Amino acid sequence: MGMVNITRLARVIRSKNAGPYELTLDIIFNDAETYRRVKAKRLINKKLIAGLYHIPEEQVLALVAFDPANAVKATIVRSRPCGDVGETDVYGAQQHAPLLELELPWDD
Amino acid sequence: MEELRILSPTAILGYGFPEESFRAGLALDPHVIAVDAGSTDPGPYYLGAGVSFTERAAVKRDLALILEAGCSRHIPVLIGTAGGSGAKPHLDWCLDIIKEIAAAEKLRFRMAVVPADVDKDFLRRKIRSGTVMPPLGPPAPLQEADVDKSTYIVAQMGVEPLVAALDAGVEVVVAGRAYDPAVFAALPVHLGYDRGLALHLGKILECAAIAAEPGSGSDCMFGWLRRDHFLVAPLNPQRRCTVTSVAAHTLYEKSDPYFLPGPGGALDLHAVTFRQHNERQVYVAGSRFVPSQQYTVKLEGAGPVGFRTVSIAGARDPVFIRQLDQILAGVRERVADNFHALAGQYRLLFHIYGRNGIMGELEPLKEQSCHELCLVIEAVASTQETAGTICGFTRSTLLHYGYPGRLSTAGNLAFPYSPSDFQAGPVYQFVVHHLLTVDDPLELF
Repeated sequence: MGMVNITRLARVIRSKNAGPYELTLDIIFNDAETYRRVKAKRLINKKLIAGLYHIPEEQVLALVAFDPANAVKATIVRSRPCGDVGETDVYGAQQHAPLLELELPWDD
Repeated sequence: MEELRILSPTAILGYGFPEESFRAGLALDPHVIAVDAGSTDPGPYYLGAGVSFTERAAVKRDLALILEAGCSRHIPVLIGTAGGSGAKPHLDWCLDIIKEIAAAEKLRFRMAVVPADVDKDFLRRKIRSGTVMPPLGPPAPLQEADVDKSTYIVAQMGVEPLVAALDAGVEVVVAGRAYDPAVFAALPVHLGYDRGLALHLGKILECAAIAAEPGSGSDCMFGWLRRDHFLVAPLNPQRRCTVTSVAAHTLYEKSDPYFLPGPGGALDLHAVTFRQHNERQVYVAGSRFVPSQQYTVKLEGAGPVGFRTVSIAGARDPVFIRQLDQILAGVRERVADNFHALAGQYRLLFHIYGRNGIMGELEPLKEQSCHELCLVIEAVASTQETAGTICGFTRSTLLHYGYPGRLSTAGNLAFPYSPSDFQAGPVYQFVVHHLLTVDDPLELF
């Protein structure tokens, strides 16, 4: 099976605070068909997210596939509450980059 | 057709909007203009210090247009989370701007002010009498120490206090901390529209044109709420709403897009349908409000942790960059030794841009480094003076620090500014983020 970079399958890949204590990652796929394949094969899962961010799996609080938006969303514990001393990204808007490197098993 | 039309001028009061979009919205004859003025996203400083994260002149510009339109058309104007965080100083700041506009423009209206501050003694009594306020992020239920530490504590109001204000027959409602969709859903709930649809529409409208394509936080959005569905569209002809842009917005800043808890219950979107209604409008149906067994509101509080001074410097020397970790460890040691009398009174941090300045410990590329780095030296201490001492001493020590193989013996850092150090003032942290059960949704407001 071939591999494909996720940026060929998704049109939005982003991160943002979900309140001051959580960081949420959204991947919105190009179309319903692509989304369904990703969802059916569980290509995006808690273990994968934990591996990408080098965090224990239990810190991936939720992984939800949202059909109306053709999106998969993962929510992780923030390294520290928003704005605590040591903060690097108050809005959490630049924590998505590791997702851009994802290669998924895919046959055209 | 029976419908309620809602105009949302901008994502945050003070973020602005094109007057043309706003006029296009007024031409659609809205029944209400509502705007959310707040967010916790800019961090704990604004709530803790009682300061707005938006600029006064920008808020005044937006408010002048909104109030004038509301008054001349005799439609209600609702403002939620006034002043950015919705505590007393934020509310007062916003009211001051409103009074200034009203005086200058000779506007006359009846106004309700709905504060959201929670009395600290009330919370202490609750804690002492054994009421458990569970945390939404912090490690433990609310403690008296958390209450003591916070400068301001607010509760997120639901629609009920706003409905009560509308019941009283006012034209302008200025609310302290409010659940973001509440200002949009208040009039519909007041008039008997479905609460689930009203709140879901409110969730979309509160970010204005962010849910459009192309998205924007500084452009208007319009909602048509009907008995069993709603329509939403931007007012700028260069934007449109698509099923994806609206559905994607439902994901935004939430952990579970199917189940969105708020004051008094949750918005359940398991049965929701999004459909392209026409080129620029999206149709939404099936959003359901599920009341919770007990009515809970979210408490938010932030308190001071010290004072900050930062220094910004660049490094371009490859020998220095290669040994940076050892050099910084050596500098840290020198600072600790020189100021051992201040041990425990400060924290010293290095942000290294070009390496992991943005992702910190989450950065997966641990070994990569750029040919040039930006270092932000940060000291947080119990006094501004100590923060300045530690930051300045660290900066000068690092500038002249000797390391093995050093060729550039004149200095290790490139400073873009003189003075090189900046006092950033008081530093705050979120302390309270807990749930309080109330007997009556109006109890706190």
